[in-house]
Amino acid sequence: MTDVLMQAPAMERPQASAAAPLAASAKIDVRNLDFFYGDARALKSIDLALEANRVTAFIGPSGCGKSTLLRVLNRMYDLYPGQRATGEVLLDGENILAPGVDVNLLRARVGMVFQKPTPFPMTIYENIAFGVRLYEKLPKAQMDARVEEALKGAALWGEVKDKLGASGLSLSGGQQQRLCIARTIAIRPEVILFDEPCSALDPISTAKIEELIDGLKARYTIAIVTHNMQQAARVSDKTAFMYLGELVEFDSTTKMFTSPAQQRTQDYITGRFG
Amino acid sequence: MTEIARTALTRASPAQETASRARALAAFKLGDSTFYWMTRLAALAVLGVLGGIILTLVIGAWPALQAFGADFLWTQRWAPQLQPDPVLGALGPIYGTLLTSFIAMTIAAPVGVGVAIFLTELCPESLRRPVGMAIELLAGIPSIIYGMWGFFVLAPFLTDHFQPAMIRLFDGVPVLGALFAGPPSYLSLFNASLVLAIMVLPFITAIARDVFATVPPMLKESAYGMGCTTWEVVRNVVIPYTRVGLIGGLMLGLGRALGETMAVTFIIGNSFKITGSLFAPGTTISAAIASEFAESDGVHQSALILLGLLLFVLTFFVLAAARLMLRRIERRQGG
Repeated sequence: MTDVLMQAPAMERPQASAAAPLAASAKIDVRNLDFFYGDARALKSIDLALEANRVTAFIGPSGCGKSTLLRVLNRMYDLYPGQRATGEVLLDGENILAPGVDVNLLRARVGMVFQKPTPFPMTIYENIAFGVRLYEKLPKAQMDARVEEALKGAALWGEVKDKLGASGLSLSGGQQQRLCIARTIAIRPEVILFDEPCSALDPISTAKIEELIDGLKARYTIAIVTHNMQQAARVSDKTAFMYLGELVEFDSTTKMFTSPAQQRTQDYITGRFG
Repeated sequence: MTEIARTALTRASPAQETASRARALAAFKLGDSTFYWMTRLAALAVLGVLGGIILTLVIGAWPALQAFGADFLWTQRWAPQLQPDPVLGALGPIYGTLLTSFIAMTIAAPVGVGVAIFLTELCPESLRRPVGMAIELLAGIPSIIYGMWGFFVLAPFLTDHFQPAMIRLFDGVPVLGALFAGPPSYLSLFNASLVLAIMVLPFITAIARDVFATVPPMLKESAYGMGCTTWEVVRNVVIPYTRVGLIGGLMLGLGRALGETMAVTFIIGNSFKITGSLFAPGTTISAAIASEFAESDGVHQSALILLGLLLFVLTFFVLAAARLMLRRIERRQGG
């Protein structure tokens, strides 16, 4: 069992990811990041870089801070008083934690897909047009084109093109999650954060989402939090293992899943703890 | 491990066990059917009470219905003192009821929902509980107290300051001039509407706050995650998500506004004449019943009961209209 798990990524994607990371540049650079829920320190001096056009997976047991880290990257924590981050997060060299950063514009650049599908209470068409309208005033024809483009980008167009006027809530769970991805890419972000995007989905929908993520990295920088080791191995180029708020190990996925440097990483990946 | 062993030891033989289980199930079955009938009876009792009320109203209103027929609806004159043939019409009270409720809701709905939005989305944690409790207390104040407060405090203030200013402001303006025509009056439709607005506001706020709290945080976060401002999240996600509950809350407020009696009777002036001005005295259906029922008899009393029946029908139609509106919104939004 563990052998299969460790070899799977190497078999599925030989060489490609091993060679590529060297050439990629850092899209997001996290430097000495600490995060606090009130007085509790949830992230401890995190340093890592998300490379452009790569998928970076975050793994680790529940409560290790991987979702927290993701929520720092689009400053979602801002919504809640008592949560604060110190250190630096550079997006294209610009510190997004600095005061005076427009969080609304930041979130347009750094999109997010959540654990559960969260379609807005409107039609399928409006679910996508809504976000676009926040930033651009498009004539109807262009908006139609944008909606179609986004739905195609999320591999949903074929299933919904005849019922764009139906409620987003009328779709199945997997379709809803792809709708959420479509609405995220419709506003043309640079980075997409996936917070356990498949945790509420069946295996077939999961496979579709994973396939989608693999295709999306050509245009976006992607970070994904997952509890599913195989998923991390399948979709990511680099993997970060976190434990108790610390970044234990961060390396190419192939290396992490075949010969991790740290014993704790190996134990977690092979299911011996966590 | 040991526990399992212990239960295994104390267990009866399989056959005995099935028998006792069957007995227990039989007992449950009796309990179940009793429970079924009790709840069913309770549900039917509601229908029975409703039907009984309608029946009593119709029987009580029958003499008036025979005497005035449909004319009752559009006769403005209310002269029970004419004997032997009093002239009685419901137009004044119907007009007053609809007008005061409409104005009250126009003021209370946006303010009430606004307070709820502030409490759930914007308010600092430390202020949330005190303000929320104040709203609930406001909802619990007996209506007679609102009436007295309206009569002794609000009405004088409005009459001395607000009304003259409005009358001066709109003097000579075509429609508004007639709506805000003088002279200022303590007892007026407008003052009653304002007291009504204050009375229904806490209901709307309390319900709106509760339904806003049901929006999943993740849904709000995903809207914020696209770069929405708080206003955009409230407008496009929170309100559409909660519209059924929200409209329910508004309807409850409207229901109270339509039927509110004591406070309105205090300050509306009990005049059946329609002048067209908001600052003139008027009456509502419930105020008319409350102020005249005790010393009425014969056709007069029957006409008051007929007024009650009208209020019943009016409320029913308002609720039905709200349902219809809700369904139409849902269809437009693809629900």
